[in-house]
Amino acid sequence: MSENPNTASSVHDGTDPISLSTSPFRRTMAALRADRLALIGMSLVVLFVLAAILAPILAPQNPYDLSRLDVLDGRQPPGTRSAGGMLYLLGTDDQGRDLLSAILYGLRTSLLVGVSSAAVALVLGASIGLFSAYAGGRIDAVLMRIVDIQLSFPAILIALIFLAILGQGVDKIIIALIVTQWAYYARTIRGSALVERQRAYVDAARSMALSDASILFRHILPNCLPPLIVVATMRVAYAIMLEATLSFLGIGLPVTQPSLGLLIANGFEYLLSGDYWISFFPGFALLLLIIGINLIGDALRDILNPRREG
Amino acid sequence: MAEPILSISDLNTSFRVHGKWQNVVRNVSFDVHPKETVAVVGESGSGKSVTALSIMRLLSPTGARVTGRIEFEGRDLLGLPIEEMPSIRGNRIGMIFQEPMTSLNPVLRIGDQIIEVLVQHRHLTHAQARSEAARLLERVRIPSARSRLDEYPLNFSGGMRQRVVIAIALACDPRLLIADEPTTALDVTIQAQILELIKTLQEEEGMSVLFITHDMGVVAEISDRAVVMHRGEAVETGPTPQIFASPSHPYTRALVSAVPQLGSMNGLDRPLRFPRVDLVTGEIEPPPPTADTVRRDAAPLLKVEGLVTRFDVRKGFLRRTIGRIHAVEDVSLELRPGETLSLVGESGCGKSTTGRSIIRLTEPRSGTVQIDGCDVRTAGKAGLAKIRRQAQMIFQDPFESLNPRIRVGDAIAEPIVAHRLCDAHAARDKVGDLLRRVGLSASMAERFPHEFSGGQRQRVCIARALALEPRLIIADESVSALDVSVKAQVINLMLDLQERYGLGYLFISHDMAVVERISHRVAVMYLGEIVEIGPRRAIFENPQHDYTRRLMAAVPIADPTRRRPRRVGNEEIESPFRAPTYVPPNRTYWQAGEGHFVQLG
Repeated sequence: MSENPNTASSVHDGTDPISLSTSPFRRTMAALRADRLALIGMSLVVLFVLAAILAPILAPQNPYDLSRLDVLDGRQPPGTRSAGGMLYLLGTDDQGRDLLSAILYGLRTSLLVGVSSAAVALVLGASIGLFSAYAGGRIDAVLMRIVDIQLSFPAILIALIFLAILGQGVDKIIIALIVTQWAYYARTIRGSALVERQRAYVDAARSMALSDASILFRHILPNCLPPLIVVATMRVAYAIMLEATLSFLGIGLPVTQPSLGLLIANGFEYLLSGDYWISFFPGFALLLLIIGINLIGDALRDILNPRREG
Repeated sequence: MAEPILSISDLNTSFRVHGKWQNVVRNVSFDVHPKETVAVVGESGSGKSVTALSIMRLLSPTGARVTGRIEFEGRDLLGLPIEEMPSIRGNRIGMIFQEPMTSLNPVLRIGDQIIEVLVQHRHLTHAQARSEAARLLERVRIPSARSRLDEYPLNFSGGMRQRVVIAIALACDPRLLIADEPTTALDVTIQAQILELIKTLQEEEGMSVLFITHDMGVVAEISDRAVVMHRGEAVETGPTPQIFASPSHPYTRALVSAVPQLGSMNGLDRPLRFPRVDLVTGEIEPPPPTADTVRRDAAPLLKVEGLVTRFDVRKGFLRRTIGRIHAVEDVSLELRPGETLSLVGESGCGKSTTGRSIIRLTEPRSGTVQIDGCDVRTAGKAGLAKIRRQAQMIFQDPFESLNPRIRVGDAIAEPIVAHRLCDAHAARDKVGDLLRRVGLSASMAERFPHEFSGGQRQRVCIARALALEPRLIIADESVSALDVSVKAQVINLMLDLQERYGLGYLFISHDMAVVERISHRVAVMYLGEIVEIGPRRAIFENPQHDYTRRLMAAVPIADPTRRRPRRVGNEEIESPFRAPTYVPPNRTYWQAGEGHFVQLG
């Protein structure tokens, strides 16, 4: 590449008008929009998030209001009309809850638990990992051995132990999920921070006598974000699944506040008797949500791969 | 003259980029005659490597389109079915690539990699192939060849690996050897050995060579004829002496005048700018002489005494020190305001570590460093920050040394704001001013580093280094990664800035010809030690140390009329790795002239 316009090659010329002053974020979004699978994933996720936010408006029934439930309407197949004239589009569960409403409200719980636990674990894990890489030496060794121990136990086991101690509740399960997940973020960011620390632009920043905080947060951290974002996307999906698993096992959320996992668990015993819909529809919703998030994650992994840049 | 062995006419190569066809090689025609060396020379992106790949038909048929005629020994290669190409590649045409570190398979023995080729192409039995492989290694002058057949590439140095690659290319007695930048990744003394080897082999075998390079010095040394490529077109083709003596195309003129020539500065005391060439008319404007910037009466800006930097090499569970790399060993030097002192040497000689140790990017083990009278090694955090304001560093790779996620305006403003030189608003004005000073425009502050070309990025790095108004700039191989014409422009810029602000430069480089152009004084380093230091004229016109002489003799001279018989040995560059018990000897220096010191022993 050459700087004089007369000697610059037409192929490698950096002054392509399309790329003028585009921030990395905008380039990423443009690449996401150009990827068909990512587009499907994003549509799915946006749809689910909207449905969760608008649940009180969209849902035909408030599934938490026990006075509105009629046990006599229990286990009605999809499309049944209740005595009160309400249409159970996706059928009802054993307590006579409209499944569509339950799924919409369940989504709220699942997304709340998944996103908030992933976000807190991200901030916590990234801070620990960044600190570990920058401090180096013994501090790094100790922190990374803790991470190793954490990662060598199955997440579900750690979550089970914590919930057994803490008891049930949305806040408790979020805490349990944070504890099981911070280590992934810490390990990821430490790896990339160690690489970035060796790069010449960090030397350049040091030779200009910038402060440690400025080097760490302004220079190293932004360059470590791409792998972290990919991990975070995948981890949100994993957190939602883990919560569903815990709720399915009956130790996650209280029955009065059903998440998707709890709904699946509720219908489980009726699966063999032919009342498939109680488990099937929440399960299908969960499946679509996870696929959506993973599609975005996959696309991000491709887009943010440094080898693709250039 | 005999029939050409390779005749290329109207070669066009296009690549599909984002669904559109981009023409990267346009209407290139040239011939290669038997026993002739033709150099294809051009800067990055000129299409020279693509030309070579097109000839070998090594481009992907779906992503690239090649048209024209490539006649080799009377057959049109483009007309051949692709299945027949392997019988020509490797058999009739041998190829050498740039990177000797990656063109050999690291998990296969050297011998097996040669034997594989011999068995496949020449249908030898394994035993025959083995003795033939040993013979080939001897031909490329690898000492004790037979015993080295069972070694792995990691046991071979870069130069030795390139010899092995050449041996493989020669395995089937090719009539044409295509060498794509075969010496670019090598040190200059090793490069001289490889060039000499290719020349000797060509005479022995009577083959033709198509040599692709960006280095005009190499062109002058090795080729009979040259094809100058520029933006995908062959702008000039002719006998090498004619290309250098009377280039007709403006681009060729610009290229030739931008090439620093070793020895062209004889008799001159001060640095000299490169001449400017008008790219339309081809007129050459002689460079204005530089002012005398050195302030001999002033106190030294940089004073280094007995600097030592070593790296422990640890191994095993207990992290025992099994040896040390003596990167910098007892280095002393002085630099005055407005002066340029160059540190030269080959890879691993410790020149970069010296630069880094001076501002404590790497912690030195002992010695004293004073910048503008302040002691660097005892400085606390605040003191070091103050010192680093005085001394700025410019790094080799402008792609690496700018944070890709920060706009260049912010990158330049960052040190100004961090050191509270002025507020954010005034900083923005200053950024515009700095960008103009290095020949860019103020509006470019909004761009990201990837939107600049290599030379522009290095200008941005210089602007950022100037932001703190330093008095000393440590330039670590700062122009080595740039194309010749861009290199010349950046050197001119550095000389302008020195004149205007009285900057002192510690210029670290392996490129002797550039060093000759820019320096007032030169220090030659070998294995972590300064073997010779003195005024530039003394070092270049009257080198005393054996290594300095070897280094000078190895530099290719960009003037075909001054081609000389070489005395090229088979020396390898030694490693500065030593046992933990090693105690470096006490060195003494003798004075060869005013300020000119040479290491004894």
